Amino acid sequence: MLEIEATSVVLNGTTVLSGVSARVASGGWLGLVGPNGAGKSTLARAVAGLVSYEGRILIGGREQAASDWRNRARAVAYVPQRPVLPPSMNVTDYILLGRSAHHSYLGAETAKDRRVSAAVVDRLGLRTFCQRRLAELSGGEAQRVVLARALVQEAPVLVLDEPTTSLDLGHSQLVLELVDELRDEKGISVLCAIHDLTLAAQFAENLLVLCHGRAVASGTPADVLTEVNIRRFFGAEVEVLRSGSGLAVTPVRRRVPVLTAAVANLSPSDRHLNSI
Amino acid sequence: MTLTADVKTSDTQAPPLDDTDGLGAPALRPTRLTVGHVVLGAGFLLAAAIVSILVGPAGLPAGPVLVEVLSRLPLVHLHSGLSATGVVVVWQLRMPRMVLGGLVGAMLAIAGASYQGAFSNPLADPYLLGVASGAGLGATLVVVGAPVIGQIPSDLLPVAAFLGAVLAVAATFALGRSRASERSAASLLLAGVAVAAFFTAVQTFLLQRSSPGQLSTVYSWILGGLSTAGWSQVELVLPYVGTAMVVLLACRRLLDVMSVGDEEATSVGVRAERVRLVVIVAATLGTAAAVSVSGLIGFVGIIVPHTIRLLAGPSYRRILPLSVLFGAGFLILADLLARTVLSPAEIPLGVVTAFLGAPFFLVVLRQARRLG
Repeated sequence: MLEIEATSVVLNGTTVLSGVSARVASGGWLGLVGPNGAGKSTLARAVAGLVSYEGRILIGGREQAASDWRNRARAVAYVPQRPVLPPSMNVTDYILLGRSAHHSYLGAETAKDRRVSAAVVDRLGLRTFCQRRLAELSGGEAQRVVLARALVQEAPVLVLDEPTTSLDLGHSQLVLELVDELRDEKGISVLCAIHDLTLAAQFAENLLVLCHGRAVASGTPADVLTEVNIRRFFGAEVEVLRSGSGLAVTPVRRRVPVLTAAVANLSPSDRHLNSI
Repeated sequence: MTLTADVKTSDTQAPPLDDTDGLGAPALRPTRLTVGHVVLGAGFLLAAAIVSILVGPAGLPAGPVLVEVLSRLPLVHLHSGLSATGVVVVWQLRMPRMVLGGLVGAMLAIAGASYQGAFSNPLADPYLLGVASGAGLGATLVVVGAPVIGQIPSDLLPVAAFLGAVLAVAATFALGRSRASERSAASLLLAGVAVAAFFTAVQTFLLQRSSPGQLSTVYSWILGGLSTAGWSQVELVLPYVGTAMVVLLACRRLLDVMSVGDEEATSVGVRAERVRLVVIVAATLGTAAAVSVSGLIGFVGIIVPHTIRLLAGPSYRRILPLSVLFGAGFLILADLLARTVLSPAEIPLGVVTAFLGAPFFLVVLRQARRLG
């Protein structure tokens, strides 16, 4: 169980996250959506303990800021948006890095570490990749390998920051389906920042919309992803199509002069971006 | 995005499916130091050590020298038949010089390898953060200051070089750390460049105002050499070099974790900044001690680790222990050349390592690029 209570983050004097609260049950999936610069990644990184924050972030009732680094790594596994993949490291060594918080600090992996990792490797179908160098992996394979490294941490909370950014539709689906099955099997709480609103709607139980560092809407995808909300928070003209399998967010081509419409929908603080 | 259907598996590894943990599932096989690697490294070091004991301007016969060395081993009772002078040459000249060369070479190589890991930068070594310029300034101050303060005992030079090196890196660290912590690795390197430039400027100013005699003393120290090596210098550096090596070897797995960057290392439970600090302190103290007795021997910290990387892969679990063995052997051989090629004159050791090292390194680099 992950509880985020009135969490704020200030980076270099700028408030990038302001009083955000959320809760993810064991086995739950909370999707973080919002326009660029809304604070999705910052919230993900705060939960992973990578930026200092005000407020409280509790995992299994324990305040994260009070934990040491090793305990934090056992409580939260984090998949960054652009993971660093040392090109000539092999897949096995890379995945085993995720066990760092479980074996002695200076020592080597134990038999248990290798057993746990082997199970994850088999679960994600990575057995044939084990001896490959990371540079030899395709984008979809690499994302599965990074996910494996996070899963061997055996943490109750899994934080994913835009896990599908560099993947095509099929691979995006595959990775999200894997995460979905694993949270179900192991009761992992998933916090997933994601751009694609349609995928977000299909996989997340609940969505939290961030805009300018504030939580502006939350609830089930059907409640949150309305045409009105999306116009208001994303500055996008869309049609939300509902079908048996969930809902789909489709952009609608605007009939008014583009710049006028876009600028009118952006907030003042975003406007300078357009002039760059 | 390429789908790599027929990519060959890494050739340093055995096939993955041939052993189990006793549970039916094939176990994962992480990269570890192998016996073969250690035997190779130890063999190289031993061969270098033996050749360097046997060869020298005194022209001692090889057989008796070997017997003399063996006779000092416990439980071995042999008589070499060497003259008293020969025994002194072996035990007071060649042996300490070989041991010191080995210690310095091992230290420079493991320090370079550790720095490269801690900074995720293939060109990093302690010299880059100011060890070289600091030690150079320290030595210069002693040589130039000697006539001013009166006679100065000669063993002050290593102490001053050591202190200068430590001071320069401390300055680098203090200046580099005060910047945004996100980019601490890059900003440390930049601060190192600035500190080195400053120390070198001071040193150049002092040298420019010094006498030709002082200039040549400092110059020959900077170029490096072991011509004055004795047991006292071994005793001087051993505590620092020994401690530094133990600490760095203990960090070898952590350096593998550092290769995914500070943020991800932190997310799996390893404080990257703290590891970097420990590595910098240990490698700097060890290197400062080494250069204080050997002068500024360049390139060892770059070529030895990179050659090992090419042969044994990117894991610091292999690179660090092998750097100790190959670094020691490499410097012993380089010193052998330095003292024999133009005998009885000596070539500065730093010249030999760069003269041999630079072309060799270029070949290694071309190979590495071909292998991707």
